[in-house]
Amino acid sequence: MRTALTSIVSGVLFGAGLALGGMTDPARVRGFLDIFGDWDPTLAFVMGGAVIVMAIAWRIVPRLAEPVFAGEFHLPTKSDLTPRLIGGAALFGIGWGIAGLCPGPGIAALVIESAAAAIFVVAMLTGMAVVRLFEGAAS
Amino acid sequence: MSLPGFPEAAPLAGLAGGVLIGLAAALMLLGLGRIAGVSGLAAKAVGLGGSGIARSGAWMFVAGLPLGALIVMLASGGIEASFASPVTLAIAGLVVGIGTRLGSGCTSGHGVCGVSRLSGRSIVATLTFMATGLATVAIMNALGLEVL
Repeated sequence: MRTALTSIVSGVLFGAGLALGGMTDPARVRGFLDIFGDWDPTLAFVMGGAVIVMAIAWRIVPRLAEPVFAGEFHLPTKSDLTPRLIGGAALFGIGWGIAGLCPGPGIAALVIESAAAAIFVVAMLTGMAVVRLFEGAAS
Repeated sequence: MSLPGFPEAAPLAGLAGGVLIGLAAALMLLGLGRIAGVSGLAAKAVGLGGSGIARSGAWMFVAGLPLGALIVMLASGGIEASFASPVTLAIAGLVVGIGTRLGSGCTSGHGVCGVSRLSGRSIVATLTFMATGLATVAIMNALGLEVL
């Protein structure tokens, strides 16, 4: 119950931040990526604001024995730079550049332009399923 | 307020949006001990691996995203947005889905949560997707491919 409640409050805050910051407008996102053209620096402010708040949050973590609403921290422990990480990130960037949408704004935009956002989200989940399928076959 | 030299930019709205995103991610981190990575949470919600959070929690977070956008839309009287054609969106979505699972994250997990933690993997991932994103837009513009 606490997990569900915390998660939805976080999701709502996150979605509101994306919309307020202009991330749900693919034109603005592509404008940010268009550094050789008519560059729109807005998203640097979005990223900067989010990273500053989170940098403070990370400094609080060592002072907590456990999370406020859960039993323990579950944080990434990997530190190796693999071809999979870099290749995946490279692919993600290409997709991001093509339509100006990453996962969060794509899902949040379901209330802004439902049909367009739904096509993106279904395609994204299909891509995730493809990876899952190949991983299943490999293991 | 506008930024000198960049009439299109909305720095204050951007910063305010960023702070909200940071607070949301901080709530997941300090409240539940989890990374607010949207691609991982979305994958978890539909049963495709991803985050280790309970599936109901992943669903709640994902459902919250459009709710939050809706609140901003109602409060501000509408959100400006222009989207690519269905075919372009489908191709982009597919590539984003494959890339984020292989790369273990997206703009939120790597770009916000990982970079602020000074995680080497996240910094490399973020620099990589920024670079290919910039290159993709530059190449598409050079080829005269207008998608929006």
